[in-house]
Amino acid sequence: MEENHGSTKLYVMGFVLSLILTVIPLWLVVQHVFAKGMLTIVITAIAVGQLLIQLFCFMHIKDGEKPRYHAIALVLGAVIVFTIVAGSIWIMTFNSQVH
Amino acid sequence: MGEKSKGFFVTGDPLIYGADVAIIVTLLGIIIFLTVFKKWGWLWKEWFTTVDHKRIGIMYLVSSLLMLFRGGVDALLMRLQLAAPNTHFLTSQHYNEIFTTHGTIMILFMAMPFMFALFNIVIPLQIGARDVAYPFLNALSFWLFFFGALLFNLSFVVGGSPDAGWLSYPPLSEIAGSPGPGQNFYIWGIQISGIGSLATGINFLVTILKMRAPGMKLMKMPLFSWSVLSSCITIIFAFPVLTVTLALLFVDRYLGAHIFTADSGNPMMYVNLIWMWGHPEVYIVVLPAFGIYSEIVSTFSKKKIFGYKSMVFSMMIISILGYFTWVHHFFTMGAGADVNTFFAITTMAIGIPTGVKIFNWLFTMFRGRITISQPMLWTIAFIPCFVVGGATGVMLAIAPADYQYHNSYFLIAHFHQTLIGGVVFGYLAGLYYWWPKMFGFKLNERLGKWAFWTWNIGFYVCFMPQYALGFMGMTRRVYTYGWDMGWAPFNMVSTVGAFLMGIGFIFQAWQILYSIKNGEKDVTGDPWNGRTLEWSIPSPAPLYNFAVIPEVKHDDDWWETKKAMADSQYKKEPPQYEPIHMPKQSGIPFIMSACWFVVGFGFTFGWSYVGLAGLLGVGLCLLARSFQQETDYYIPVDEVRKTEASLGRVG
Repeated sequence: MEENHGSTKLYVMGFVLSLILTVIPLWLVVQHVFAKGMLTIVITAIAVGQLLIQLFCFMHIKDGEKPRYHAIALVLGAVIVFTIVAGSIWIMTFNSQVH
Repeated sequence: MGEKSKGFFVTGDPLIYGADVAIIVTLLGIIIFLTVFKKWGWLWKEWFTTVDHKRIGIMYLVSSLLMLFRGGVDALLMRLQLAAPNTHFLTSQHYNEIFTTHGTIMILFMAMPFMFALFNIVIPLQIGARDVAYPFLNALSFWLFFFGALLFNLSFVVGGSPDAGWLSYPPLSEIAGSPGPGQNFYIWGIQISGIGSLATGINFLVTILKMRAPGMKLMKMPLFSWSVLSSCITIIFAFPVLTVTLALLFVDRYLGAHIFTADSGNPMMYVNLIWMWGHPEVYIVVLPAFGIYSEIVSTFSKKKIFGYKSMVFSMMIISILGYFTWVHHFFTMGAGADVNTFFAITTMAIGIPTGVKIFNWLFTMFRGRITISQPMLWTIAFIPCFVVGGATGVMLAIAPADYQYHNSYFLIAHFHQTLIGGVVFGYLAGLYYWWPKMFGFKLNERLGKWAFWTWNIGFYVCFMPQYALGFMGMTRRVYTYGWDMGWAPFNMVSTVGAFLMGIGFIFQAWQILYSIKNGEKDVTGDPWNGRTLEWSIPSPAPLYNFAVIPEVKHDDDWWETKKAMADSQYKKEPPQYEPIHMPKQSGIPFIMSACWFVVGFGFTFGWSYVGLAGLLGVGLCLLARSFQQETDYYIPVDEVRKTEASLGRVG
């Protein structure tokens, strides 16, 4: 029943990388490094990067298993995230009666 | 908050003083009882530290019934205030607080724990497992819910209740609109119990996917288990949105950010986000009710469920499609015709799988040998009630027409019809159905019928007039109105109906107390001639549930086994007992959740050091748990054999 629960090295690496990718956007905001548009893009990019790191370092995304629950869950998650982000943008920009 | 937010303790209203006295008397009574009868150790050992899913389920159940009482009293106070025009029973402030706590409690602290109670009690037994996948996490989920609910309810006595509606829309819920601690109570109460809800969703998803008895393929799984699976998927995708949204609101309130404020933030973004949780949430609570109805209809019609596959598909479709309808809660925001059309269509589309299920239940009953027992009564009452609730829902889904219905009593009547007629009726049906499995005796039939009829007649008397009131222009959350509006007669009728439902609840409390003494004992473990695995073991189930894990060959496996056993050729093989692997109990879930309570309480009042101290406690609990090596043990074969023999199951 020995299963692969990842190595300490992988966890520490994931933790440190996550910390770095959290501190950078905070610093960008506090120091007013970029204008608003650029800032949004950079923070979003860093957030996606952190998401990937967590998937690989903490969530055992590479550990295969017979029923492809990982794949199903990831596809469903992607659909939902797309709905949240794209849906919100769509809904909020069409705010036509107010403006 | 007004003048009431000045002191630490809530003062001013005689109703509140009365409640204070009642709370103190009850607490003293409990403490004296526990001390006199030396029950503290028993409480700690048997309940507070348990990781047994059956006991956790019972604790969820007790909490949710208490919360149903509190939410119900809130409702009756509102109905008293609205019974006649120009009433001065409640002030406008007090009325605002009561409708806020009524909504929040009924959804988050009544419906959710009631649902988790049934998850816990039924799922492992139904899929042939000995516990959930993560028993420790399960206990932690319960205690997080418990302390979250405690924190929320504490606002009644100290600090002041939240008063910005059950979803706490900004800008009103921002610091400028609600300066007191009331909104913080709301945020922290929900956040703490919300972590528990998310963990429960993960726990039961894994339990169902990984811990089914050998041979139970997904498509052989009972429909209640399917409904829990679909509900858990929705929990996992919806609850993080709630957590983030409330965290952002707290950042606004605590750190002075402007994410949702009216001046430089975007309050509508909050509305958009909170309904991304709020709408899936209603499917989270109604899907398990659909599962319960499926089990009951099949059992009491003595037939296999009609259209099993279409039932599974429709539940999965509802759980995913339920995520794509949230804008129908704010059509009137004015997002434009494209947006409203899209979400109107998705909302109406949800009616299709739901309709499929209704027909499947009807066809299951068609030509069945129907027994009208208490669970079946509630199921039969549910069908017409939910059909009307669904139909008015489709009316509300028509975006242009919604401009007329929005925020009116028509909406109030609609969602109470789906939430009471769908969710509450379902959970009560489930309660009557599985009660013998939990406690080993049936609930009294005669008192149950009284409860059933007062509830049901009360429901229609209460909510049908509210549809009319909505058309007459009465909007929700008004605390009083004048004679000139013409709303008085319908409101009076509605109040009478609400009190009838209150009487129904009293009948149920009486029924439970009466049946504890005089209830019909269930010695067979299968009082309803059931079809699924939970009825194959004694009532109440022993600690380890199944002495031998069953081998599943059919859908409705227990039904088929019973048919085989009736055959004269049937030879029962003597059971081969093996030592049973069980989780050890632990006090850490209780202590860690108590620390979360300290965190919530500290940040609610802006006492950051108290909050940080609580967080330190949480961290220490995590650390302590991570160094615990021996978290499991084995029940020896002798003990299993002895227990089985004492339950009359000699192998």
